[in-house]
Amino acid sequence: MAKSKNNPVDRRGFLRGAAAAAGAAGLISTPPVAMAQQAALKPETTGSAPEVTSNQRPGSDFMVDVIKSLGFEYCAANPGSSFRGVQESIITYGGNKSPEWLTCCHEESSAAMAHGYAKIEGKPMLIMAHGTVGLQHASMAIYNAWCDRVPVYVVLGNILDVNYRRGNAEWVHSVQDAAAMARDFLKWDDTPVTLQHFAESAVRAYKIAMTPPYEPVAIVADGALQEEPIAEKNLRIPKLTLSAPPQGESAAVKQAAQMLVAAENPVIVAGRVARTPHGIALLVELAETLQAPVKDQRLRMNFPTRHPLASNVRLNDADVILSLETQDLWSSMNAQTGLNKFGMETHKTTNAKLIDISSVELNYKSNYQDFGHYLEPALSITGDCEATLPMLIEEVKKLLTADRKRALAERGAKIVEANRKARERDRELATLGWDASPISTARLSAELWNQIRNEDWSLVSTDNFQSAWPSRLWDFTKYHQYIGGQGGAGIGYGAPAAVGAALANRKYGRLTVNIQCDGDLNYAPGVLWTAAHHRIPMLSVMHNNRAYHQERMYLQMMGNKFDRGLGNSDVGTALNDPFIDYASIAKGYGLYAEGPITDPKELGPALTRAIARVKAGQPALLDTVTQPR
Amino acid sequence: MKTNLVLFAFFALTFFSVSASAQLKPGNVENGKRLFAFNGCYQCHGTVGQGGAAGARLAQTKLTQPGFIAFVRNPPPSNMPPYRAKIMPDQDLADVYAYIQTFPAPLNPATIPLLNP
Repeated sequence: MAKSKNNPVDRRGFLRGAAAAAGAAGLISTPPVAMAQQAALKPETTGSAPEVTSNQRPGSDFMVDVIKSLGFEYCAANPGSSFRGVQESIITYGGNKSPEWLTCCHEESSAAMAHGYAKIEGKPMLIMAHGTVGLQHASMAIYNAWCDRVPVYVVLGNILDVNYRRGNAEWVHSVQDAAAMARDFLKWDDTPVTLQHFAESAVRAYKIAMTPPYEPVAIVADGALQEEPIAEKNLRIPKLTLSAPPQGESAAVKQAAQMLVAAENPVIVAGRVARTPHGIALLVELAETLQAPVKDQRLRMNFPTRHPLASNVRLNDADVILSLETQDLWSSMNAQTGLNKFGMETHKTTNAKLIDISSVELNYKSNYQDFGHYLEPALSITGDCEATLPMLIEEVKKLLTADRKRALAERGAKIVEANRKARERDRELATLGWDASPISTARLSAELWNQIRNEDWSLVSTDNFQSAWPSRLWDFTKYHQYIGGQGGAGIGYGAPAAVGAALANRKYGRLTVNIQCDGDLNYAPGVLWTAAHHRIPMLSVMHNNRAYHQERMYLQMMGNKFDRGLGNSDVGTALNDPFIDYASIAKGYGLYAEGPITDPKELGPALTRAIARVKAGQPALLDTVTQPR
Repeated sequence: MKTNLVLFAFFALTFFSVSASAQLKPGNVENGKRLFAFNGCYQCHGTVGQGGAAGARLAQTKLTQPGFIAFVRNPPPSNMPPYRAKIMPDQDLADVYAYIQTFPAPLNPATIPLLNP
C-alpha cells in the first residue's frame, strides 16, 4: 500500500534527498535534462507530493549525472537486473539522451559495438552488463578491444551486500570481485562503495581509457548504491582532464632520425599509427620526407592506399625498419618451420636495424600473450606514435642536406615505379575469375567500389578475408574509411563492430559498408535487429563462403601433415548442410535483404537497390555467395 | 648462399620428378576437376585458380607438369601442405595439372570498366 502523501517522514526524507541533489547540482555540471527532472520532483512545482512510497532521488540518478558529465552518446546493453536502477535513470531521469540506451541482444554485441564505434568516433561508448553472466558474455569482445588498443567503457552491475539480494537470481548474479574475470584485459577497474567514490573512479576510468595506449576499463555500479536514496552530502563530480599522450624522448627521437636519414633502404611499417585523421597526414609527411616505402599492416587507416609510397615491400632487403606500433612484426622479420612440417626452427630473414616506437609497453600484462615476440630493436622509444611523429619529422628535416635529398628522391622514384607496376598487376589479377560463381572477392570488391566511390563512404570491416581486394582496388584516403579488424582475432566481432561504427557514422551522413563474413554473423546475429530498431543505416554484403574457412584450410593441412588424407576437412568447419539463408535471417530482424546471389552479373543491380535503402536510413544486407578468399 | 641451396634442392627435385613422371599418362581433365574439389585445392587457390591471400595463383602457371608434381610433393616453406603419393598419386596430380591448364588467363583490365581507375 502506498504511504500517505502527507507522511512527515517521507517529506523529511524527500527534503534530505532534495538537499543532496541541490548540493550536487551546485557543484557539478548538471545536464539540462537532469535539471529539468530535478525541478519536476519539487513539490512547489507539482503542487502535491507524488503518489509514490518515496520521492527521494536514487543513487542511480547521481550515477547518470556522472555518466552524462563524461559525454557518452550511447549506452549499449542487454537489460539486466543488477543495473536496472541505472537503466531506469538513464532512460527516464536522463531523458534517454546522452547517453541514449541501445537495446542489444547479447553482451558480446554491446562490447563489439562499442569497439567499432570508438574506432570511428575516437572516444568510448558506455556499455552495461551483469558483473557475472553479462561480463562472461562480453569478455571476448572486450578482449578484442584490448588487443586492438580501443577504449571501451564498461559499467558492471553487482549486488555486493548480501542483505540486498532478493532471490536466487540475485545470488547467482552476484560476485565478490566483478571485474576479476576480465582484469587481464582491462586497463583499470574499480568497485566503488559510495556514490562519491563512484564519481571519482568513473572520471578516473575515462581518463585512463583515453590515455594512449587506449584500452577498455570497467567500473562496478553496486545494486544497493543504485537503488537506495542518495544519503551522501556534498556530492560532486570531479572535472575530467585528459592526459596529453606520451611522446618519445627527444634524444632518442633524434637518434632515430639519424638512422633513418643515413639508411639506404629504410622501410616504415605502420600498425596502429593514426589515432586521429591528423595521424595520416603525419605519416604521409614522414614517408615523403624520407622517400621511404610504407608497409601498412592496415590495423587502422594509417596511409592512403594509392599513395605512390604505399608498398607491400618485403623487409628482407631493408637496412633500417621503423616500426610504428606494429602487431607481430616479428613474423615479417623471421621465418619459422611451416605448418606442413614437424618441429619448429626459426631464423632471421633480415639483418635490418629496427627502430621501434610504441606506447603499448606502457601497459603490458603477463597472462594473455598479445605482446608477441620480443623484437630485439636497435632503438626502442616508448611513446605514442602520432604524438611522436611531429618531432621525428622535424629532426629528419634538419638532417637532410641537398645531396641527401637528391639521393632520396632517386630512391623514391624507384619505389614509386615499382608500386605503379604492382597496382597494374593487381588490376590484372582481379580479372581472374571475373565471371566465376561463386563470386570472386575481387569482383565483389570492384562492384562495391563502383557503387560507393563517389559517396562519403566508410568500410567498417577488415578486408583480410577478401584477400585485401578493397585495399588493393579502392582509394582509401580518409581516416573513417577503414578501421582495421578484431584485434584479438576473436570471431563474432564483425557484425556488431560494424553496427557500432555505422552508428558513429550516422550523424555525419556517411555511407557505411560492411563486408560481412558468414561465420562471424552466426555468433550473435541479433545485432541486426539492433541496427534495424535504432535505424542505423549500413550496407552489409556477405562474404558467404559457407564455412569457417580458415579452420577448414587448417584441417586440410593437418590431414596432410599427419598423412591421413584430405576428405574430412569439411567436418566441423563447413556451413553447408543446409545452406544458411542470410537474407531470410536479415529480413526476420527487420532489414532490407536480398540473396543468395551467386551470379556476379546480378550483384551490381542488387547493390544499387540496397544502397538506395541505406540512403533512406535503413540497414540492408545482400547475401552474396563467394569464393573462399 | 642459403637461397642458392634451396633453389638447388628445388631444381634437383624437379629433375628427379621429371624422371619419375616420365611414364605418366596425359592428365584427365574431368578427374582433375573432381580431385581439385574433393582434395580442397580450391580452398586456398580459388575455384578457378585465381589465388589470393591463402594460396598462390594457379591459372596460367608457368610450372611444367613434372615441376608442378615436384612442387606439390615438397613445397617451399609456407602453409602449402606436402601432398604425398599416398594421398595424391602422381597420376592424380597429372589430372589436376591438366585441369589447371583449363583455367582462363587474366583479361585485359582495360576491357572491364569497373577496373578502370
